[in-house]
Amino acid sequence: MLAYIIRRLIQSVAVMLTVALISFSLFQFVGDPINNMLGQEATSQDRENLRERLGLNDSIPIQFARFTGNAIQGDFGISYRMARPVSEVIMERLPATLELAAVSGLFALTLGIVLGVYTALRRDGWLSNFIMTASLVGVSLPTFVIGILLIYLFAVELQWLPSFGRGELVQITDNWSTGLLTESGRKSLILPAITLGLFQLTLIMRLVRAEMLEVLRTDYIKFARARGLSQRAIHFRHALKNTLLPVITITGLQLGSIIAFAIITETVFQWPGVGLLFITAINFVDIPMMSAYLVLIAFIFVVINLVVDLLYFVVDPRLRAEKSAAH
Amino acid sequence: MADTLLSVKDLVVEFPQRRGLLRALDQISFDIKRGEILGVVGESGAGKSLTGASIIGLLEPPGRVSGGTIELDGQRIDNLSTAEMRKIRGRKIGMVFQDPLTSLNPIFTIAEQLIETIQTHLKLSDKEARKQAIKLLDDVGIPAASQRIDDYPHQFSGGMRQRVVIALALAGEPELIIADEPTTALDVSVQAQIIDVLKNTCKEHGAAVMLVTHDMGVIAETCDRVAVMYAGRLAEIGPVREVIKHPKHPYTIGLMGSIPSLAHQVERLVQIPGSMPRLDAIPEGCAFNPRCNRVFDRCRTERPDLIAVEENLAACWLHAKEAGA
Repeated sequence: MLAYIIRRLIQSVAVMLTVALISFSLFQFVGDPINNMLGQEATSQDRENLRERLGLNDSIPIQFARFTGNAIQGDFGISYRMARPVSEVIMERLPATLELAAVSGLFALTLGIVLGVYTALRRDGWLSNFIMTASLVGVSLPTFVIGILLIYLFAVELQWLPSFGRGELVQITDNWSTGLLTESGRKSLILPAITLGLFQLTLIMRLVRAEMLEVLRTDYIKFARARGLSQRAIHFRHALKNTLLPVITITGLQLGSIIAFAIITETVFQWPGVGLLFITAINFVDIPMMSAYLVLIAFIFVVINLVVDLLYFVVDPRLRAEKSAAH
Repeated sequence: MADTLLSVKDLVVEFPQRRGLLRALDQISFDIKRGEILGVVGESGAGKSLTGASIIGLLEPPGRVSGGTIELDGQRIDNLSTAEMRKIRGRKIGMVFQDPLTSLNPIFTIAEQLIETIQTHLKLSDKEARKQAIKLLDDVGIPAASQRIDDYPHQFSGGMRQRVVIALALAGEPELIIADEPTTALDVSVQAQIIDVLKNTCKEHGAAVMLVTHDMGVIAETCDRVAVMYAGRLAEIGPVREVIKHPKHPYTIGLMGSIPSLAHQVERLVQIPGSMPRLDAIPEGCAFNPRCNRVFDRCRTERPDLIAVEENLAACWLHAKEAGA
């Protein structure tokens, strides 16, 4: 178990270093930052000074080592566009994205499991068939179309919900302001959360359904029936628990992509999170911001993956008890 | 008969197919007495397992019982509602499946599965149910039962798991256990042990057994009576000794002749020519007639019913002649 964790940690570090290398190489590919920072009129002496100050004259491996070292301490340099530390800006924006991702993840997971189980148990019911057909919409429509449709319906036509922004915010700590505590904040969250979660919802639902049908065919479910256990015990104890094992992995990965895909949803709803920040950064070729975002997303993925792997140990006794089975 | 536990009469099971109905069981009739062990033999696809599944009411749809009756303790059980049938399952009729590796839920401990089953059928507190569970594991010969009870299925070997399965089948104190090829998936070395466990524990718990198997050796050693099935029909049924020593149906005779014996030197084993017909191509008259070496005209046109011949019942026209004469 411990050896396994250590091995996974080493793998994670390798992944992070690779991503760091990619984000670092962004700097090398996208022109000379000195031009952007000093403008056309600067003297070559000024350029040389700044170059020296930023360490751009050092060899590439040394620059990379410095980049990585700084990144580990959370220092991704100064944003070209805003002239503020990148990490500070990201920390300001991150709560908005995390709140959005958490709410839409929760929405996708609960509804996905409920609908998945329902459609598996009532395989031939008309409602199940309807849900399965409707879920094709979730899988096939691109996020921005769904977002725009929702805005048109609920914000423009019905005028129930706001079409952009986070609504009123409440400051909890220095850099964490939440919209969850005000009504307008919660209202603003609904549409983006649905937009972002719809794809994951249908994915989880279809996965749960397929797994559940698979599990219901197994011998241990037949044997449970033959022992006269109640329908409820068979479906929701014996079958569901086994169904959810593989769902954990997928859901974990989906949570990562919810945060990553938030870019599009945040753009459609002008949601002031890191995704929107990233899009603006691209428009202004704000390299430090872009590379920091890349590293951040990779880090989130790696952490989630690690957590999922460890979670497996907790839920699946076959992995947990590997040792005691050996003797 | 007062000591008849299970009585199956003219049981017909059909599967609706695209082209008409497929008749998988055709007028099966037999009884099981209390505490008796009835062996059911036959080739793959003869309908052995299907008979077991229809008795416990677990036919896979679209298969359904379309004729005949099944009575348990004098009460019809083939027409019960799902909820009523659930009370019979586990409580009156238990079942042991073929593969112990897949019969147990991998993510629950043995204790959880046993206690859940016990409490479904018997009004016992958690503590009493646990005690009962340990006793059951003891009965099926699991060493150090009180320590192993909290283990997960994967921590047991195949033979041990089948013991757990037997304990689970007995948890609701049923009067009949349907054992569907309980040793087929096991190592040869543990097969005999498991059959012993099945036989002895069921005896102790007063449960009758319907033992479905391919293995004539197991039948000979374990069963009181044996039923031979062929192409969804019952060919012969009778006391084990009689069916083995003096088989009446030509199919049974062929079956017995095909088993090698250590006691007698035999030049060649008997082989029945041909193979069992598909269920959608069963010949008219006796299902066995194309392969039978003593076939005559009547066999090709009329279907024989079970006819009493000495201690056996055999579905063969050969004996109708004798009885008529």
